[in-house]
Amino acid sequence: MSVETLPREEVEAKPVAPLKAKDFKGKVDPDWCPGCGDFGVLSSLQRACVNLGLRPHEILTISGIGCSSNFPGFFNSYGMHTLHGRALAVATGAQMANHELTVFVTGGDGDGYGIGGNHFTHTARRNVDLTYIVMDNQIYGLTTGQISPTSSIDMKTKSTPFGSVEMPINPITAAIMNGASFVARAFSGDARHLTGLIEQAVRHRGFSLIDVFSPCVTFNKDNDYPFFKQRVKKLEDEGHDASDWKAACEKAMIWGDEIYTGLFFQKKGAPTLGDREPVLDEGGAMAWRELGITGEQSDRIIKRMM
Amino acid sequence: MSSDQFDFAIAIGGAAGQGIATPGNVLARIFIRRGLHLNAYNAYQSIIRGGHIFLTMRISDQPVHNHGDKLDLLVCLNQDTMDRHLGLMGPGTRVLYNSDTITPGTPEDGVHLCPLPINELTDNNRNKLVQNTVALGTILYLLDVDFQILEDIITMQFQRKGQEVVDENVGVARAGYDYAAANFEPFTQSLPSGGRPLAVWTGNDALAMGGASAGVKFYCAYPMSPSTGVLHWMAQNARELGIMVRQVEDEIGVANMAIGAAHVGCRSMCATSGGGFALMTEAVGSAAMMEIPVVFIDVQRAGPSTGVPTKTEQGDLWQILGASQGDFERFIVAPTDALDAFKTMPELFNLVDHCQCPGIVISDLLISEGTFSVDPDAIDMQPEIDRGELITESSNGASDIPTGSQLSNGHGLIGAPSNGYLRYENTESGISPRALPGVEGYAHVVATDEHDEDGVLVSDEFTNPHKRRKMVEKRARKFKNIAQRIEPPALSGASAEDAEITLIGWGSTRGVIREAVEILNRDGVAVNHLPIKWIVPLHADAIREVFDNAKKTVIVENNHSGQFHRYLRSETGLSADGHIRKYDGEPFMPHHIVDGVRELLAGTTDIYVPYQEVIV
Repeated sequence: MSVETLPREEVEAKPVAPLKAKDFKGKVDPDWCPGCGDFGVLSSLQRACVNLGLRPHEILTISGIGCSSNFPGFFNSYGMHTLHGRALAVATGAQMANHELTVFVTGGDGDGYGIGGNHFTHTARRNVDLTYIVMDNQIYGLTTGQISPTSSIDMKTKSTPFGSVEMPINPITAAIMNGASFVARAFSGDARHLTGLIEQAVRHRGFSLIDVFSPCVTFNKDNDYPFFKQRVKKLEDEGHDASDWKAACEKAMIWGDEIYTGLFFQKKGAPTLGDREPVLDEGGAMAWRELGITGEQSDRIIKRMM
Repeated sequence: MSSDQFDFAIAIGGAAGQGIATPGNVLARIFIRRGLHLNAYNAYQSIIRGGHIFLTMRISDQPVHNHGDKLDLLVCLNQDTMDRHLGLMGPGTRVLYNSDTITPGTPEDGVHLCPLPINELTDNNRNKLVQNTVALGTILYLLDVDFQILEDIITMQFQRKGQEVVDENVGVARAGYDYAAANFEPFTQSLPSGGRPLAVWTGNDALAMGGASAGVKFYCAYPMSPSTGVLHWMAQNARELGIMVRQVEDEIGVANMAIGAAHVGCRSMCATSGGGFALMTEAVGSAAMMEIPVVFIDVQRAGPSTGVPTKTEQGDLWQILGASQGDFERFIVAPTDALDAFKTMPELFNLVDHCQCPGIVISDLLISEGTFSVDPDAIDMQPEIDRGELITESSNGASDIPTGSQLSNGHGLIGAPSNGYLRYENTESGISPRALPGVEGYAHVVATDEHDEDGVLVSDEFTNPHKRRKMVEKRARKFKNIAQRIEPPALSGASAEDAEITLIGWGSTRGVIREAVEILNRDGVAVNHLPIKWIVPLHADAIREVFDNAKKTVIVENNHSGQFHRYLRSETGLSADGHIRKYDGEPFMPHHIVDGVRELLAGTTDIYVPYQEVIV
């Protein structure tokens, strides 16, 4: 195929039938354990996409490796199931190369906050316009139960048979400190609340993190459904001001009989990486632009070499 | 190059921070505008201030392919340079130095010492860099070049800083020029004119320009010597050319970001050096598994580990051959000079797009950071672009919505797309049409896990050995007969019947071996040369034919263990009779190879390791 055919042709608008959640069902059913919290995340994302009026081909869902990173295979959209920890780096490249796509990154706490921690920091500060949904089960499930970066201190796992001696990361405060412009937490046992947060995150321009308590019923007996059901409290019910980052951090540090979910922090109108990138000012998505260099450009470059 | 041609080399030595780059750039501009060919090598150290920098610029009215064996003019910016290099200078040469600060050593008979009393010549002693400009004036006089030419270049170089700075610099250059006229004897041969003006670039410029010409729309990197010049060129030209350029947090992020951009449809590349490439290796295999075309450049420096960051080596070959786990298809190419690097990029992009796989370019410090003249007419920035089998538009009636048709995996699960698009369709060529994200009706998942034709993970069903085998073979078929798409290596120099020795090199050694062959043939030692550029695919048959007809084969490479030799043996069973290897961080000079050939012919050794005379 030659370069001339690359730019996308105008397609005549067809009447679009409203989609249903099952239209976002992937080619195979999830292989997660019965009762896994990730089911609630999958159904919430499908419902949110329906509510947002998105169509599968407009979405790119990118994951790393782990139980929850199998997500793109169970969801009907363009998808990339990439390397362990690298989803945010791949997603940044994809989002900048085609900013017309709606980009979701789906993965787990080990993938995102452990092996991928460096990319988490830098994707947040760059404010890349994507929605990052972390299915946080505080354990490594696919490798059959070892501590993760969000495991509680003293937690007993196969790699910490006498209890973990490490403090966990706090994804909410970490994201806020790193410059994320939308930071939320949800509980997969409350799909309605999660669906609403996903819709808000997609509508928000910039890097959106939703850390979702997504219990691992097989390997984490400490942080199960009853643990969260008794503790989660919605920030929305408390009149929390999400524009106040200090209040957001204070609420995020609370971990005990009460644990907050909801939108902790949002900085509206913060320029995204794409907004700040002059190459995107005109010409549409990079991926669909005509390739190559004009004769004039070539002449200018060579003249500077003489 | 024959002896009647103009062949002249200038060396400028000093410490980091003494501003060697400026006189180097001014001289380079003067030479190329006169149509003279240029090959410059800058020996330097990983240090911000101090240390020793030694820039060698070789110029000729004929093409020059390396920085040569001899020096005609030495410019000493500090005492260290005088102490280290005066001994390299022979009869008829000139040595310039600031006589206020530098004490000359005892030169060989016939060396002209040219002391410059800088304080006296410049009354302005505020700026220590002023001695460089005085030296420029002196050099130009010694080469019998009209002062106006220097004045024009200095004006161009400094005009951004204002007329006062221009006047000051022109003034001190004039002082150096006039002082030389009154006190020094010019060279017997004046600087010739080589004809049409040439252009000047570095190998990193050439790699970046080759990528831009190939249609790269996404470039990302983490700075690492000696590859950073590619990032600098891209960043400088990004806005004008509409290229997205990103500096990333680490090379792992670089490689994966480039893959993300490539997957959605950009021609995408990144460059690094060996240590950075080590971090990229997992991603190389992921591009192969997901079948995403992307180009990685490794600009080699002396390793292992942090190694010698500012020195050259051909030591990464096995790292690149072994990059990433598993069996997979990828191109590996080692361009032989800057112009070749430029021309290779579009060719490689067409190949990786055709095969939907990664491609790796092996450069090294010698090519990438060297400064070279180039014929502007040879720079074709509008090469043919062939993106291979891409799906960029919806077919009629396409839909993203599963209709519940029966599934390929036979398990009765709902979800095959109504249009039956299979991203990894098991075609005869192994190449499956690639739909870009955003096209309606072709939504699919690409995976680093093994997957079936529809992208569904093999392990999501059960690990099916027949499907696994099918997909391994599908990907491998893409490379069946792929060598036909690239040019085989060709012998040059003495005929196969006459040659007493056949020299085999790869990548950046082409230019220096070429000159060594010319010298030897002129001296009556019949030698020929087989330069290898493509590592994968390797033209094994063409190489075997050369070996079959050679009296004695010698592999020349810039590493300790004979990495190419070991690769050639593993791929072909061929073993060379002798070796010339250099692994001291400095590139070969022609006489290193000439001497090696003589030693190997005399049978005194099987592995010749030349001694590096220029100590920097």
